[in-house]
Amino acid sequence: MSNLMTGANILVECLLREGVDCLFGYPGGVTLPFYDVLYDAKVRHYLVRHEENACFAAQGYARSTGKVGVCCATSGPGATNLVTGLVDALLDSIPIVAITGQVSTKLIGSDAFQEADTFGITRACTKHNFLVKSAAELPQAIHEAFYIAASGRPGPVLVDIPKDVFTGNAHYEPVGTIHLPGYKFSTEGHAGQIRRAVEMMWEAQRPLVYAGGGVISAGASGSLRELVETIDAPTVCTLMGLGGLPSSHPNFISMPGMHGSYAANMAMTHTDLIIALGARFDDRVTGRLDAFAPHARVIHVDIDPVEIGKNRAADLPIVGNLGPVLDKMNTLLAELAPSRKPRRSADRKAWKDRIASWAAEHPLTPSVSATEIKPQHLVREIDRLSGGDAIVCSDVGQHQMWGAQFLRFNRPRLWLSSGGLGSMGFGLPSAIGAQIANPGRLVFALVGDGGFQMSIPELATVANNRLPIKIVVMNNGHLGMVRQWQELFYNNRLSAVALDGFPDAAMLAGAYGFPGRTVDDPKEIGQAMDDAVRHPGPYLLNVKVSSFECVYPMVPAGAAIDEMVLGPPKAAAV
Amino acid sequence: MLQTISVLVENKPGALMRVTGVLSARGWNIDSLTVARTLDAAQSRMTIVVDIEPVLRRQVIKQMNKLINVLQASDLTESLAVRREMALVRVRATAENRAGILRDAEIYGARVVDATADGLGLECTGPVEKVEEFIDAMKTFGDIDVTRSGIVAVSMESRKLRLAPPVQAGANGAEERPNC
Repeated sequence: MSNLMTGANILVECLLREGVDCLFGYPGGVTLPFYDVLYDAKVRHYLVRHEENACFAAQGYARSTGKVGVCCATSGPGATNLVTGLVDALLDSIPIVAITGQVSTKLIGSDAFQEADTFGITRACTKHNFLVKSAAELPQAIHEAFYIAASGRPGPVLVDIPKDVFTGNAHYEPVGTIHLPGYKFSTEGHAGQIRRAVEMMWEAQRPLVYAGGGVISAGASGSLRELVETIDAPTVCTLMGLGGLPSSHPNFISMPGMHGSYAANMAMTHTDLIIALGARFDDRVTGRLDAFAPHARVIHVDIDPVEIGKNRAADLPIVGNLGPVLDKMNTLLAELAPSRKPRRSADRKAWKDRIASWAAEHPLTPSVSATEIKPQHLVREIDRLSGGDAIVCSDVGQHQMWGAQFLRFNRPRLWLSSGGLGSMGFGLPSAIGAQIANPGRLVFALVGDGGFQMSIPELATVANNRLPIKIVVMNNGHLGMVRQWQELFYNNRLSAVALDGFPDAAMLAGAYGFPGRTVDDPKEIGQAMDDAVRHPGPYLLNVKVSSFECVYPMVPAGAAIDEMVLGPPKAAAV
Repeated sequence: MLQTISVLVENKPGALMRVTGVLSARGWNIDSLTVARTLDAAQSRMTIVVDIEPVLRRQVIKQMNKLINVLQASDLTESLAVRREMALVRVRATAENRAGILRDAEIYGARVVDATADGLGLECTGPVEKVEEFIDAMKTFGDIDVTRSGIVAVSMESRKLRLAPPVQAGANGAEERPNC
């Protein structure tokens, strides 16, 4: 089959072949020919109110489903507005294909209207990018983009398409194969290394599984669970890895790191074997690197060889996809289990008892007050209604850390959070993408009053599409995390962190045609949350929480992770 | 001593920027850089000379290998390799010093590639140290203009080039693609 088609038609044809059912975007001058084809194409286009949110919404779609999320923007400002979302997806390894319009090929480089060097600007913001110079090259570029985005270590890929490529004609023939000779990634993992890793797991007295976002992107949570249960290892999940092992699992401790639990950080400090699975020893996890896990040998499994040894040297590196690697490990572990497991049971019991006593010593306790709503109390309310099964999209800051501490996730792909880049304004637009991809599921946007005000325009997208997202604003009137640092490390000189002027929630939501409410009484929060969730459409719940609560435990910058500040400083005796 | 990284890349627009971007993102300077097509016109060979300590250099080379357009990046610093540089020098030559210039040029094995009434164009090829000594020698004859090629290197060890095989196009989503 070969027929003459315009570039715009070819693009839509390729998107359909990739199984794309929806995309998030914002049209403009040079993408007009594409939008004209979209008018009656079998791909749903969701019009956002800012291109950055198109990329965040595509991420919400991708993070909640594992499929490639697609976003689209016009040339110049449209493309530059995507940049934050692209870097966000790059740091969290989220598969995204971004399509941008570009000025006509003959105008490129002439400072034409709405021209920006998108190919140059996004080189460092993407896993790979393309500038397509003719309609004939388009199919290859599009299919390569999807392949690169979804395979290996996933990430964002941008395809920049000049206007005359959209309008130009080419004989379209479906692309059969993709050949990217330089794009090598190991999938299976080295058999000998895997065997040695299994030996180390049985040798260790105090093993600790440290599971990251890679477990989720590899779809390996079932295999992770099997491994954890076979060797009976306590497990911590990073911010990106939450839900990789169900929160209710007896071996799950919590998140480690700067705002990790006392038990998780003590376990990291005292383990003799870290089994790092799809995690990258990020500075927020390790604290002071030279004091991190001083007694541990390290097995590090990652699909990206760059991660191995980047921050912490691996005693046993394995480059491969966690799916097949964990399956092989599980087979070998099971073979050895009858002889090894009984010998280890006393060690394991002692180790788990020790962790349990750390957890009992300093548990993550939500503070509750009769006079004001404590932020942890609010998060507990969300957890009560979620029961570990709702999708929760967070913004960045204090509410994100409390969410990570107190929310339970029984499955992967429920906790969507900007981990690596820490982009404020991520919560609401990612909830839009997640709700569209999961129409029947309860979706919360748990946002702070700062991040929410960065994404207010998307209330229109929520309203237009009647997306039943429950937007819960944890409103402490401040940029809470920055305020916390100013309180603790800058003599409480609160500089530019008060967020006065927050709009009336009922009026704001009402202006978009859906209900909203503000609560500040701890006696009312439970009922208010019930009402919000029971309401069939979108709901904005503005929850005024105590203004000056800090997230604890906290590992101060530059400290070792066992040097946690566990609570507010006690008032000095006079 | 400076270190040499050899990078085999696909001959595509932007490939150079992707490779050098790995270095510039960390604020590192490139001492010299050469790029040219290989026997296969679809590929180019880059030789990059840098000053980066070994641990970070290993990291950077891994990052280069991760780039889609890079077929192979390798460190030639410790390995058996030949490194050469070329300099083109224009030196003002008067009737008095012309013989001296030609004598020094001969010592360094430099060739005259152009001659005008008031100047000589000389080409010197060799190890960096030799080329630099030649340039110093030419400076003694007055004002000179120099253009250096930067180092080109070829590894004398055979390196197995591992390339990715073709794959099927058009199956979006992790679950349908077993290797994703």
